[in-house]
Amino acid sequence: MQFNSLAEFIAMGNHGFYVWLSYGITALLLVALVLTTKSKDKSVKLHIQKRLQREAKLKQAAKKQQQTSNKVSTSTESTS
Amino acid sequence: MWKWLHPYANPEISYHFTGKLLPWLTKLSFLLLGTGIVWALLFAPADYQQGNSFRIFYLHVPAAMLSMGIYVGMAIAALSSLVWQIKLADASAAAMAPVGAAFTAIALITGAAWGKPTWGTWWIWDARLTSELILLFLYLGVIALHNAFEDKALAGKAAGILSLVGAINIPIIKYSVEWWNTLHQGSTVSKLGAPSMATEMYWPFLLCLFGFVSLVAWIICLRFRTEIITRNAMRPWVKTLVCQPETK
Repeated sequence: MQFNSLAEFIAMGNHGFYVWLSYGITALLLVALVLTTKSKDKSVKLHIQKRLQREAKLKQAAKKQQQTSNKVSTSTESTS
Repeated sequence: MWKWLHPYANPEISYHFTGKLLPWLTKLSFLLLGTGIVWALLFAPADYQQGNSFRIFYLHVPAAMLSMGIYVGMAIAALSSLVWQIKLADASAAAMAPVGAAFTAIALITGAAWGKPTWGTWWIWDARLTSELILLFLYLGVIALHNAFEDKALAGKAAGILSLVGAINIPIIKYSVEWWNTLHQGSTVSKLGAPSMATEMYWPFLLCLFGFVSLVAWIICLRFRTEIITRNAMRPWVKTLVCQPETK
């Protein structure tokens, strides 16, 4: 151990400001990098999920429309 | 010779392979960086000239080495994407660029904070510092190009050409301290075999270096997986993957 007390450790022999500035900014940048990386992954997955849901809904709506139009066409055929 | 490598050009296989690597890289980087940083801050001796400001060295030098190393990796990926049309190489280049930019910024900022007590100035327009600043701009340009086009293949081509042209900057950074008279000190660690520093400083440095290397590998793997999913969003395997929450 190079330091005798916590105060000495924080002071870093008059270089405390520069040392802690370096370690602080490095930690901050790395944490920010990891967080943006994780949030980007999540948002991309969510985006694809939403697109799939939208596609499924559209498909269902198209099916329903086709069924009703079929019904209408058969009913018009029967009346004529 | 390339046969064993070939399956990894398949996005699905790469995705699952990197997924298996992730937990090990997390553990390794926490272990190495944890011991390395504690050693560097508490137990490594102060420099006889620079005092405790020398502790910045344990962040500054690994960050600077990685800023160049990641660039070389990105340029190689860009080259293989342009020459052999490997789509995954584009994805890996896009994954590397932001990580490299972050480490370039760390190298510049810690360098400034080290320069102030040692040289008396935060910044000076000398060869080493200026070329490293250009490296940051190159990274930012590559990131911007990757995001500038809706078509990822086109974006990868544009960014790839920029990163290949910018690769000329890497030897300039590396040899700037020898080619020009600069304030920046010469290299202390990269002399093969005989590093010109004390062993009680060299060991924490190695721990920090490899800790940062595994941290970088971890973040790049994470980003690479996101890039794969983005580029293969229409594939059935991505659809099933997105719909089921990942099993751990």
